[in-house]
Amino acid sequence: MIPELGNFALALACCLALAQAVVGIWGAHRRDIRLMAATPGLAVGQFLALAVSAGALVWAAVHDDFSVANIAENSAIAKPLMYKISGTWGNHEGSILLWGLILSICGAAVSIAGKNLPSALRARVLGVLGGTSCGFLLFALTTSNPFLRIWPPPADGQGMNPLLQDPGLAFHPPILYTGYVGFAVPFAFAVAALIEGRIDAAWGRWVRPWALTSWAFLTCGIALGSWWAYYELGWGGYWFWDPVENASLMPWLTGTALVHSAIVVEKRESLKIWTVLLAIGTFSLSLSGTFLVRSGILNSVHSFANDPARGIFILALLALVIGGSLLLFALRAPRLASGGIFAPISREGALVLNNILLCSICAVVVVGTMYPPFADLLLGQKISVGAPFFNATVLPLAIPLFAAMAVGPLLPWKRARLLPVIQHAWWAALAAVVVSGFCTIGMKVLPALAFGAATWIILGSFAEVVERTLLFRTPVASSFRRARGLPIAVLGAAIAHAGMGVTLAGLAGAALDSQKIVSAKVGDSFTSGGYQWTLMKLEDADGPNYTARVATVYVKKDGVPLGLMYPSRRNFTLQHQTTSDVAISTNLLRDLYVVLGEERDGQAVLRFHVNVLAPWIWIGAFIMAAGGAISLSDRRLRVGAPSRARSTTEVTA
Amino acid sequence: MTRKHRRLVVVLACMAGLGSAAALTLNAFSDNMVFFMTPADLAEKNPPPGQTIRLGGMVEKGSVHRVVLDGEPTATFKVTDGKSDVSVAYTGILPDLFREGQGVVAMGSLLPDHSFHAQEVLAKHDETYMPKDVADALKKRGYWKHAPQPATKTAAGS
Repeated sequence: MIPELGNFALALACCLALAQAVVGIWGAHRRDIRLMAATPGLAVGQFLALAVSAGALVWAAVHDDFSVANIAENSAIAKPLMYKISGTWGNHEGSILLWGLILSICGAAVSIAGKNLPSALRARVLGVLGGTSCGFLLFALTTSNPFLRIWPPPADGQGMNPLLQDPGLAFHPPILYTGYVGFAVPFAFAVAALIEGRIDAAWGRWVRPWALTSWAFLTCGIALGSWWAYYELGWGGYWFWDPVENASLMPWLTGTALVHSAIVVEKRESLKIWTVLLAIGTFSLSLSGTFLVRSGILNSVHSFANDPARGIFILALLALVIGGSLLLFALRAPRLASGGIFAPISREGALVLNNILLCSICAVVVVGTMYPPFADLLLGQKISVGAPFFNATVLPLAIPLFAAMAVGPLLPWKRARLLPVIQHAWWAALAAVVVSGFCTIGMKVLPALAFGAATWIILGSFAEVVERTLLFRTPVASSFRRARGLPIAVLGAAIAHAGMGVTLAGLAGAALDSQKIVSAKVGDSFTSGGYQWTLMKLEDADGPNYTARVATVYVKKDGVPLGLMYPSRRNFTLQHQTTSDVAISTNLLRDLYVVLGEERDGQAVLRFHVNVLAPWIWIGAFIMAAGGAISLSDRRLRVGAPSRARSTTEVTA
Repeated sequence: MTRKHRRLVVVLACMAGLGSAAALTLNAFSDNMVFFMTPADLAEKNPPPGQTIRLGGMVEKGSVHRVVLDGEPTATFKVTDGKSDVSVAYTGILPDLFREGQGVVAMGSLLPDHSFHAQEVLAKHDETYMPKDVADALKKRGYWKHAPQPATKTAAGS
């Protein structure tokens, strides 16, 4: 019964979404107050229906209801409870349901948090969200229904891909999807503004928190995904420029640009048309990212199994959403007059530079990701581009971005001179040069430059804080008083920028990595990366749904014992699949990383890595997201939008 | 600075940004485009040693040997498409799904002695899965033994 309830709730949600779209857009068009007032209720209703639907799927998974095809294919009795729950969104059907659920949460959040919005704008935003949601719920119902039954039900399910049975991956999809789907809200605001033909500073102020929230989630989601690849796949790498990874990077790049350009709309009423285009572009890239990958056009190590029927539906839906919004943009954008004039060297100018560079990087990634599948499709050429392509194209564009990152926030609005700003940040520049120079001693040019850039960004980010608080120039108490008066957004921006610097340092640290592959008997010792590694034991162990072969590796540095590490290979009996379980020992400055390979004639293959500064990559990403969250708590964003007195007509309606 | 000037500067900056992106892309494409080839393609086209290639085919049964080269464990095996074969050497841990008689993709380059040095060996997570490029190439060569099984819904995640 429960799965049927879930199916019914899904269909109900689809109907409510359609009603939300029609009532919202038609109501705002007719200026019908009653219709407009009904949309928030529909949005909340859609959310509740989808929550019931998702709950039903989780219930079926937890109770091992193998008469549901999706559960039978992806779950098993022996699977630990956590993965039974997380498994509901680890497959195609479930992930589409999760997608719809998050979109409906966004709709409900706009209904509840958007009480201050002009009612026509809110109705249009909810209408656009409802229309998008309706399309994807229809996709779920017709081609990827998670509640389909099979008869007779099998006694046990087929189980989940062992690689996905991991806590990091259990939480990765919801966070990543919140980032992807969250950009639907700026998109809906952009489309609503195009329909209305009006954008002002208040619009920028409403859009920015949504863009910032999605951006912070997307940042965390990407970091979690790359961390998972690092410790689960056991290749020692964390970013493979694989289509699925690029799919999440593209909206991140344009989303970062959006977060910045929305500041200009809010403060200076400039760059309006561009910001609208970015909002549309970011969501379009989110959609193409999630769904082109699912449709099988882009194949990669991460992707779901493919199904062409779904692909056609998704392509039609993408064409409708992206094409429709771009058509609307082409028709309406000329009406949006742009405000404030600014000089090329000014805060606005720096933000424009940021946008140009981020979008150029995004364009390069789009070409590198999309060209191979299209070349195969259209020309029949089987080619691929890998990390060397992306390194050769992204790095030269990223360097000016990093250089400008620290200076930009120091520039005043409208017009500025570069020299006084450099004078404010001279100590950061000096430190960067010293670090670069020091690094060239033992390193190649590029990593040395990257370490210099990281120093420049981290120190430069706080130059504005130092400047505004007159730190070191007035007594500490006075600086502290000034610091308390500082807008929180300034602090948030400084932290987010510094986070980028930390990540960059972590990436540059890869230049100092070392690795060694050996074939070892029990008792053998090896030296790699300045550490002594000894294989102590090889033994069998049992897990809940696998058997494992565990090696015990003893690590020393200069005779000082650092402890034992236990890399293993797990054999999942149900799927006849073997996975390597990496052992990682970190002190936050470097990771010791051991992988156990296959074993024959008493000799086991072992791989030892020393990954310098690797943890900084993810720490930096979380600092970035935290900076975004801190900015979000700025009073200006919470209460800055003028609150409207409730109109009397609304009360009587 | 007038509105016209400002617009000019912004447009020029955009063109500079996108122009350099395009230049970098074209340049990197010509250097880093990696072609997919089967052993027969290798024999026909005879690419220069050192060019990065993705080599796809089946691992020949009974051809896998493990030796120790310069203190590092190295696997050697033959990749075949039914017409030609190429011997491949790979130092490192073979993927968990690497099996004799199954599809494989090796990324690397030819050595002057026409053997293939792989930097990376890929076998997909899903064991019913045959890399698509390999399946297509083998079908074209008429060396398709296994019915193309649709992959079960196991691989996932993003």
